[in-house]
Amino acid sequence: MPAETSLPTNIEAANEEGLARSKAARAALADVKTEPGAAKPDPILRADGIVRQFGGLRAVDVDHVEVQRGVITALIGPNGAGKTTFFNLLTGFDRPDEGEWWFNDKKLNRVPAYKVARMGMVRTFQLTKVLARLTVLENMRLGATGQRGESLLSAMFQPRWAGQEAANTERAHNLLARFLLDKKVQDFAGSLSGGQRKLLEMARALMTEPELVMLDEPMAGVNPALKQSLLGHVKSLRDEGRTVLFVEHDMDMVRDISDWVIVMAQGRIVAEGPPDSVMADQRVIDAYLGAHHDVALTFEEEEKILAAAEAEIEEEQND
Amino acid sequence: MDFHNLLTLSLQQALGPTAVIYALAAIGLNVHFGYTGLLNFGQAGFMMVAGYGMVFVATEWGLSLWLGTLVGLVLTVILALLLGLPTLRLRADYLAIVTIAAAEIVRQTIGAAKFSDKFGGQDGLTGFIQPFRDANPFSGTKGIPGVVTWSAFDFWVMTVGWLLVALSCVVVWLLMRSPWGRVLKSIREDEDAVRSLGKNVTSYKMQALIIGGLFGALAGFMTALRSASIGPSFFATDVTFFAYTVLLIGGAARVLGPVVGSIIFWFLISALGIFFSQATSGTDPLIPASIMDSTQASLMRFIFLGLGLMLLMIFRPQGIFGDRRELAIDAR
Repeated sequence: MPAETSLPTNIEAANEEGLARSKAARAALADVKTEPGAAKPDPILRADGIVRQFGGLRAVDVDHVEVQRGVITALIGPNGAGKTTFFNLLTGFDRPDEGEWWFNDKKLNRVPAYKVARMGMVRTFQLTKVLARLTVLENMRLGATGQRGESLLSAMFQPRWAGQEAANTERAHNLLARFLLDKKVQDFAGSLSGGQRKLLEMARALMTEPELVMLDEPMAGVNPALKQSLLGHVKSLRDEGRTVLFVEHDMDMVRDISDWVIVMAQGRIVAEGPPDSVMADQRVIDAYLGAHHDVALTFEEEEKILAAAEAEIEEEQND
Repeated sequence: MDFHNLLTLSLQQALGPTAVIYALAAIGLNVHFGYTGLLNFGQAGFMMVAGYGMVFVATEWGLSLWLGTLVGLVLTVILALLLGLPTLRLRADYLAIVTIAAAEIVRQTIGAAKFSDKFGGQDGLTGFIQPFRDANPFSGTKGIPGVVTWSAFDFWVMTVGWLLVALSCVVVWLLMRSPWGRVLKSIREDEDAVRSLGKNVTSYKMQALIIGGLFGALAGFMTALRSASIGPSFFATDVTFFAYTVLLIGGAARVLGPVVGSIIFWFLISALGIFFSQATSGTDPLIPASIMDSTQASLMRFIFLGLGLMLLMIFRPQGIFGDRRELAIDAR
């Protein structure tokens, strides 16, 4: 476990039950084989044969993957590996050409994105999507599910939804305090900084009471100080008993907080395992840096390359 | 230059039946564009379907105007569904293209010679107004003598019309302060974010399209009632664009924006028209005939209105009621 951060994070959400559950879930991962598509003891999300084709490009081609309940799973891979596309497919924002996937054993094929969210699988976006011309508080209130006032028939009669609205507002204030946005409550979301927007988006996603939180690059464009606080927040999600799946490029973050890492390259899952073993995996290093990257050149080879280059230059000059 | 006459006539326009019609049409567009971000360029189509629906029931089947309004409202809902179902899942611009085309299709079809025995062709329909006239409690001329007056009929149309405007504003206010209105405003900001929070975006967009269309339907009814007739030329595309201008002057996404916008718009149109007509008439006109004759002068008001709209967009893009702070925020 990494050193505790000195920055304030206001995290009090962790409860005994959640902590115990996440500890048990993490312990269960110890027996899981470290190979692509490994079966997990208690998967919240399963996917089978997911293929998404853009013209001639097979952007996603995942044979099998499972995400363990109650832990933090990182989805990493070089640029263009298909991580975000895979995210979009799982959450219903895009449709795969082939494949089946289940959330809590409910099949999600052809389920629209908003229904996926209602089932308890909520995502954030790589390019933060705050509702710029609504206040921070209104952004939060929107997140609450099952609002009576959101149906046209009762919208005009305030008494029908006022009580629920008050409860949601109370919950929003608590979450905003936890995410250190309580001083921004009445500001337009569009006036927040990039990092604050990330926080708001995460807080807003929590308003839906999700079981599985899917974060698409939560650290992109966030300054190092805020990064520490964000790390704390992501961990706090696990500690209150939620499952987290996130896409990230920042290897420090991956090493710090994830319990399990899935590596994608060229649309396929190439490796899986606990962070330390995955980072040492030759397949992962190859995926990121290309094969043969670390073979040192011998003196003779260097000479040969140099000679070839010189010959080429000479040839050009003679032309 | 007779300024008293200019002010009196302009005030008559600014508060008169025309302003009522455009206020109602713009209230509908405010729900579409101002709150939900839907680009409906066919508001005239909604007005026309509703207006003809009401009149047709009265002239063809001899039934009451009340029943006619009901038919008009139902037809408006059907039109909204027809336009919305194929386009609302797509990008915003598709709705704009489809609505502007649909409004023209409706107008050309209803005005076609082929259907002139039913819809009266280009001449339109008349002879339905008597029940509405009979209900008029006013007589003589009404208003403030010496300042602004209307005929009893116009005043009756205005009474009904402004009551409808007030009622519509209350409905819009009630809706937009509710969680339902919050979903609409959120859709305007970012659809995908709303979808990711478990809201059925397409359904909300459809509801907004229908409700805004129903306010347009009220404008359609008033159009028929104030003229005691209805014809295809009342619903040309510029009706929609004038309604948008009204909305932008008043300020989008503000409950009273369309109302104030309509009053200002019609005051200016009328004042500019009268000014140029007076300035080019008589034996010694203010503007000599070598520069402009009276036929050319009648078009000047639109040139100035266009100029005014440009200046408005540059210096006060949020309209009269808008919040500059809100506009300073980049929408994405």
